[in-house]
Amino acid sequence: MTAMIEVDDLSKTYVLHTQGGVEIPVFADASLTVEAGECLTLHGPSGAGKSTLLRCLYGNCKPNGGAIRIHHDGAMVDIARADPRQVIEVRKRSMGYVSQFLRAIPRVPALDVVAEPLRAIGVPLDQARQRAAELLSRLRIPERLWSLAPATFSGGEQQRVNIARGFAARHPILLLDEPTASLDAENRAQVIDLIVEAKSEKRALVGVFHDDEVREAVSTRLHTMRG
Amino acid sequence: MNTSQGYNFAYLDEQTKRMIRRAILKAVAIPGYQVPFGSREMPLPYGWGTGGIQVTAGIIGPDDILKVIDQGADDTTNAVSIRRFFARTAGIRTTSRTEEATIIQTRHRIPETPLSAGQTIVYQVPTPEPLRWLEPRETETRKMHALADYGIMHVKLYEDIARFGRISTTYDYPVLVDDRYLMRPSPIPKFDNPKMHRNPALQLFGAGREKRIYAVPPWTSVRSLDFEDHPFEVQKWSQACALCGSTESFLDEVVTDDKGGRMFVCSDTDYCQRRRDAKEAAE
Amino acid sequence: MSPLLQVSGLTRLYGDRVGCKDVGFELWPGEVMGIVGESGSGKTTLLNCLSARLEPTSGTVAYDTREEGLTDIYAMGEPRRRMLMRTDWGIVHQNPRDGLRMGVSAGANVGERLMAVGARHYGRIRAQAAEWLEQVEIDTGRIDDLPLTFSGGMLQRLQIARNLVTHPRLVFMDEPTGGLDVSVQARLLDLLRRLVTDLGLAAIVVTHDLAVARLLAHRLMVMQGGEVVETGLTDQVLDDPHHPYTQLLVSSVLQP
Ligand SMILES: Nc1ncnc2c1ncn2[C@@H]1O[C@H](COP(=O)(O)OP(=O)(O)OP(=O)(O)O)[C@@H](O)[C@H]1O
Ligand SMILES: Nc1ncnc2c1ncn2[C@@H]1O[C@H](COP(=O)(O)OP(=O)(O)OP(=O)(O)O)[C@@H](O)[C@H]1O
Ligand SMILES: [Mg+2]
Ligand SMILES: [Mg+2]
Ligand SMILES: [Zn+2]
Repeated sequence: MTAMIEVDDLSKTYVLHTQGGVEIPVFADASLTVEAGECLTLHGPSGAGKSTLLRCLYGNCKPNGGAIRIHHDGAMVDIARADPRQVIEVRKRSMGYVSQFLRAIPRVPALDVVAEPLRAIGVPLDQARQRAAELLSRLRIPERLWSLAPATFSGGEQQRVNIARGFAARHPILLLDEPTASLDAENRAQVIDLIVEAKSEKRALVGVFHDDEVREAVSTRLHTMRG
Repeated sequence: MNTSQGYNFAYLDEQTKRMIRRAILKAVAIPGYQVPFGSREMPLPYGWGTGGIQVTAGIIGPDDILKVIDQGADDTTNAVSIRRFFARTAGIRTTSRTEEATIIQTRHRIPETPLSAGQTIVYQVPTPEPLRWLEPRETETRKMHALADYGIMHVKLYEDIARFGRISTTYDYPVLVDDRYLMRPSPIPKFDNPKMHRNPALQLFGAGREKRIYAVPPWTSVRSLDFEDHPFEVQKWSQACALCGSTESFLDEVVTDDKGGRMFVCSDTDYCQRRRDAKEAAE
Repeated sequence: MSPLLQVSGLTRLYGDRVGCKDVGFELWPGEVMGIVGESGSGKTTLLNCLSARLEPTSGTVAYDTREEGLTDIYAMGEPRRRMLMRTDWGIVHQNPRDGLRMGVSAGANVGERLMAVGARHYGRIRAQAAEWLEQVEIDTGRIDDLPLTFSGGMLQRLQIARNLVTHPRLVFMDEPTGGLDVSVQARLLDLLRRLVTDLGLAAIVVTHDLAVARLLAHRLMVMQGGEVVETGLTDQVLDDPHHPYTQLLVSSVLQP
């Protein structure tokens, strides 16, 4: 078994300087390991810090202490200490992230939003678009929308574009923050499929899944957070 | 040395002439480089060639023979008054014959008759700085000259071709002197540019208003800027001179009557006249 | 591999007023760094010091030259510095009028850098100019038009083409989308994003618009009162700002 993610004694406290320096402790001493081929679920009540932990793994959130080691190019990179260009490299080739909401890029059509992570690792345009098209069809985005920028899409459509983008480059590590929150049953089933497929390809996943059905279908293990 | 009129020889005082000569020496030492000098008020308005006159005054000696042309002609008001000026203030001989002159002061032409070693041609220069059109700051143009940073000069030629299909600049066509300094040859037609290249005569340039002197020493390379696919070319005429029949000289179009009659004649009046004289003598 | 730009202790004073103070960082090939901060925080001062246009009071800026590797740009001779500025570097001014020759055609504006480095074939210069106009989405039919007849967005795109024609490795931009209305900005941003990615350009982009920074920059430097108060990966700085000033900056816009 290969450890893809190792988190040791991670702590995070938000300090709100604009509000009199209020401190919001989120977690302390969080530790976990994720191996290739498993899907770890972060579990806990609202406000427990699930999203914060995922964001820390992705380098989007800076912890106060502890280490986050991410498997990249055959070695472990400490995301909490890596410089921006290392984090960008890890994100390009080793670690994907599906956020709760799509952050639309103005003027870029849905097909290219999804193809972009592939382009970033040097996949030729037509190949990247072909994979993007497969994913968009799988997630049942009508073809007439592919050439439009997602800014005007419905919440559910945007979220499916976001999921397609997250799965496009087949990163060895994938972080998922409530990917199915705004999806109907049929689309949820497609996402479950994608996750199961990723596990079978020995990729490591960490996710937050509120939906019991989804969690039961994909989760290998729970990591419980108390807040 | 004083002449009968009570002026110092060639009008300028000796100290001023020495200052001009120093500027000329420096200019000759650095071909194409614009040397600043303390231009003096002359008894002629700017635009009448005060820069050229000061250079001529600086180098002329009692044994010199002076020719002055304006657009190729010896007999325009401007040429006549400058010739008279030196005849009066220096008591020197003047001529219209190119090969006879030791100094030729010119506005806007180089004579057709080839110059020879020992002769000096003095150009009257209205605007000396070739880079001025794109760079108004003097400090910057100086730096560009210092660094031979001339690539953008081609922007002007590019614009010509883009707009007219060819390089349409026909006067004051920029040249590179001795493969180093970019120079404005004064508003001579580009027809004359090739004559500057490796010319046996000393070529001096004087700009009165802008107080600059520059030079092209004998046998110096003078190349006109161009593009590989739009090489430098001189003007050509389909007809010969109506007076002397020359097909090799620069022609002016002149109106002959008030009914729209016109003809092409040599702009170099001395050259044209001498060809006609020779033809007559032969007949 | 070595960084493209290595900056240390960079300080520029205006008399006793601080322009920028003790700035240090490394920029790597292909990296886009955003500089954000309020008006007067020293962004332009810093950018000008970095791009050889404003001599710093102290500190060094070393650039990875093709011949000799990292070289202090203020210690090298003027000819080399100029050469760098028109080959390896691009400078995009906030006001395109400062970066263009308004009196010559669009084609000549783009071709100028080629001619400045010795291109002497009109046909090829023109073909390259046309190619670049196309790249920045300007109708090649406008190649002989004066920039005076262009809209603000077109001028800015023309300025970009003019800079990129020599395939620079590093581009400095001061508020490239400033002064443009929103839809024009979006188009320009899209273009810049595409060019930066396709050409592997490194860039330093000054902006007060955090949304622009998020779209273009890999990493951010936040300035206040001439000093760098926070740096990091762009989304990390914007989503989890630590310095009080950065938090204020982020909280004062709707959705950066
Ligand atoms: N950017 C932020 N700045 C300040 N506080 C934050 C920030 N993000 C989250 N928090 C706080 O940190 C705590 C953990 O939030 P987080 O979003 O990680 O919880 P969560 O477990 O994902 O909750 P949910 O299930 O509701 O999504 C909450 O108290 C939240 O208010
Ligand atoms: N030439 C100058 N002489 C004196 N002070 C200057 C000069 N240029 C800038 N400053 C001062 O230096 C500080 C930083 O100015 P700078 O132009 O770098 O700010 P900026 O961050 O680019 O601001 P803006 O967003 O308004 O463009 C300011 O206090 C400014 O007043
Ligand atoms: Mg959450
Ligand atoms: Mg500024
Ligand atoms: Zn004739």
